[in-house]
Amino acid sequence: MANAASIPVAAAPKGKQHDPHAAPPKIVAIDPPQEFVREPLVLNGRSLAWLTERIAGVCEGKMPLWWWPAFIVSAGLMTLMFSLVGYLVSTGVGVWGLNNPADWAWDITNFVFWIGIGHAGTLISAVLFLLRQKWRTSINRAAEAMTLIAVACAGIFPVVHTGRVWFALMPGYLIPAPNANYIWPQFRSPLLWDVFAVSTYGTVSLLFWYVGLIPDLATLRDRAKNKVRGFFYGLFALGWTGSNRHWSNYEKAYMIFAGLSTPLVLSVHSIVSFDFAVSNVPGWHTTIFPPYFVAGAIFSGFGMVLTLMVPMRTIFKLEDIITTRHVELMCKVILATGSIVGYAYGMEFFIAWYGGSPYELYAFKNRAFGPYWWAYWSMITCNVISPHLFWFKWCRTNMVFVFFVSIVVNIGMWFERFVIIVTSLHRDYLPASWGYFTPTWVDVFTFVGSFGLFLTLFLLFIRFLPAIAISEVKGVTPQADPHHPLGGAKGGHH
Amino acid sequence: MSANAKTYGLLAQFDTAAGIFEAAIQVRDAGYRKWDVFTPFPIHGMDDAMGLKNSKVGYFTFCGGFTGFFSGMTMIWFMNKFDYGLVVGGKPLFTPLFAFPVSYELTILLGAFATLGGMLALNRLPKLYNPLFKSERFKKATDDKFFICIEATDPKFAEARAVLEKAGAAAIELVED
Repeated sequence: MANAASIPVAAAPKGKQHDPHAAPPKIVAIDPPQEFVREPLVLNGRSLAWLTERIAGVCEGKMPLWWWPAFIVSAGLMTLMFSLVGYLVSTGVGVWGLNNPADWAWDITNFVFWIGIGHAGTLISAVLFLLRQKWRTSINRAAEAMTLIAVACAGIFPVVHTGRVWFALMPGYLIPAPNANYIWPQFRSPLLWDVFAVSTYGTVSLLFWYVGLIPDLATLRDRAKNKVRGFFYGLFALGWTGSNRHWSNYEKAYMIFAGLSTPLVLSVHSIVSFDFAVSNVPGWHTTIFPPYFVAGAIFSGFGMVLTLMVPMRTIFKLEDIITTRHVELMCKVILATGSIVGYAYGMEFFIAWYGGSPYELYAFKNRAFGPYWWAYWSMITCNVISPHLFWFKWCRTNMVFVFFVSIVVNIGMWFERFVIIVTSLHRDYLPASWGYFTPTWVDVFTFVGSFGLFLTLFLLFIRFLPAIAISEVKGVTPQADPHHPLGGAKGGHH
Repeated sequence: MSANAKTYGLLAQFDTAAGIFEAAIQVRDAGYRKWDVFTPFPIHGMDDAMGLKNSKVGYFTFCGGFTGFFSGMTMIWFMNKFDYGLVVGGKPLFTPLFAFPVSYELTILLGAFATLGGMLALNRLPKLYNPLFKSERFKKATDDKFFICIEATDPKFAEARAVLEKAGAAAIELVED
C-alpha cells in the first residue's frame, strides 16, 4: 500500500466544497473478510458410515414398541373409513349431511385439505431443489412420501362423493372415453381439468419419489442380512451400482423432474381453485383463488410435515440430521405462507366491498357473522394469528411448541376449506333456498378414518423404506466435497 | 476361482472423495475408455474429472413433453369438436385456451415418464446381474467407500494395475465375470 496515499478521493465530505489542496484522508487497510462458513447440515461431524447406519438402521431394525399399537389403531380407522365408504355406496349420499344448497361440504373440504397437504412435499423436493436449498435433503424423502399418501387420501373423496362411484369411474365422466350415448367428457369444465391435474400430480410425485429412492434401495440391498429383503430391495434398486456414468444421467433426470414438478405443483392447486373460481357462486368467483390456494396448500403441507417430522426426529434419534435449524427453516416457511394466506383473507374482504356486488359482500359478511361465524373465527385464529408466533426464536426452537402450532395450522386449514365451501353454498342468491349444513356421524368418521389411511401408509413407509434420503444427505456433508479437508483434500480448504 | 472364469475388470478402492477425484483424473489422462467410478453419492465435478459429456436425458423429456402437449390438444379437439360437438354454456367447441390446462398436465405427465424411461435407458437399467456384485468389498460402494473399475476389454488393461496403484488405491482386486 505504498502509493495508497496518492489515490485521489472521489467523494468529498457532505456539505463542503471539494478542496484539491486539502490533505487526503487516511486510508485504513482492512483485513480481508473472514471466509463465510456455512452452518453444517449434519451436526457433530458424523461420518458417511454413521449416516448409512443410522438412517438405514431405522427401517432395518425392529420398530419401537409403540409402532404396533399405532399401526393397529391406524389400520382400524382405515378399515372404518372403507366400511363407511361401502355404507355410502350401498345406501346413497344421503348418509352424509349434504342438502340442497350445501351440495358440497365435508367431502370436498376433505379433498382440498388432503391435496393441499401434499403440496409441501413437492415444494420441498422440487422448488427447494431448484433454489439450491441444501437443507431440503434431510426432509425431502419423508415429505414426498407424505405427498403421495395425502394424494391417495384426497383421491377417495371426489370419487365417492358422486355416490354411484361406478358412474364416476365409467367412460364419459372422468375417463376420456365416450359414454353409452357416445358423448365424450367435456373439457370446458375445471372439474375435468382437476381429474387430469390430480392424477398427473399423483403419478409424477410417485415417479420423482421412486427416482430419489433408487440409490437408497441399493444401499439397503447391499446391507440386507436376509435373502427376502435382499431380493426385494435389489429388485426395486434395478441393479444400481453408484456408477458415475449413471449418476450423470441420474442427476440430470432428477433436475428435470424438479423442473417439471415445480410448475406442476403450482398448476394443481390453481386448478383445484378453478373448481370454485370458475363458478359464479358469490364467495367463490374471485381471481385471487389460484395464488391464495397455492399459498394455503404449502402452508398446510408444511404444518403436516412438522407434525410428522418433529416426533420422528426424536423417536428415531435423527436430531443430527433433521436439526433444530431444519425445523426453524420450516417454521419460517409457515410464517411466510401464513402471512400470504392472512393477506388473502383481508384482500377477499376488501374486494367484496370494493367490487360493489351486493351478493359478494353478503357472502363475506355472512362468513364472518352468519351462522358459521365459529368456523370463520376458528380459521382466523389458527391461520392468521398462530403462524405469527414464529417470529420469535423461542417458538421456532421449542419442539413441543412447534408440534402444537403445526397441529393448529392443520386444523385451521381444514376450517379454511370448510368456510370457503359451506358458507358460500348455504346461502346463495335465493333466500327461499337457504339452508344449514350439519355433518352426520358418517361424515365425521369417514374423515377421521382418512387419517387412519394416512397414518397406516406412513407407518409402513418408515417401517420399510429409508425415511431420509441417504445418498443426498451424504452429498451435502463436507466429506463429500473433494476440495474440502474432510473430503481428503490436501493443502487446506480450497 | 473357477478355471474358465473370464476376467471382468480390476476394481480399486479409495477411501476419500478427494482420493477418488484425483484418481479419476489420472485414469482419464492415462487414456482409458472402458472404466467407471462408483460412489455412494454424486461427487461434484466428477463428470469433468472423468471426461463425461453432458447427459442426454433432456432430449427424452422434450420428446415426451411435446407428445403430451399435442396429444392433449388433439384429443380435446377430436372429442369436443370433431367427433361429437356438444354446446355447453355457449362456449366455442374448441379453443386452445380451455384445452390448455389438460394439455399442460399431459405435457408434464409424459415428460416425466420420458425422463424416467430415458434415464433408465441411457443407464442400461434395470440390470440385476452385475459381475461387480460378486465383490464383497464393492458392497461399500453404496455406503462410504469409492471405487474405480477398469474393464478387461479396455486396450490398455495390461497397465491398469500400475495406474491404479500409482493413483493411491487402498485395495485392488480382480473381478471375474
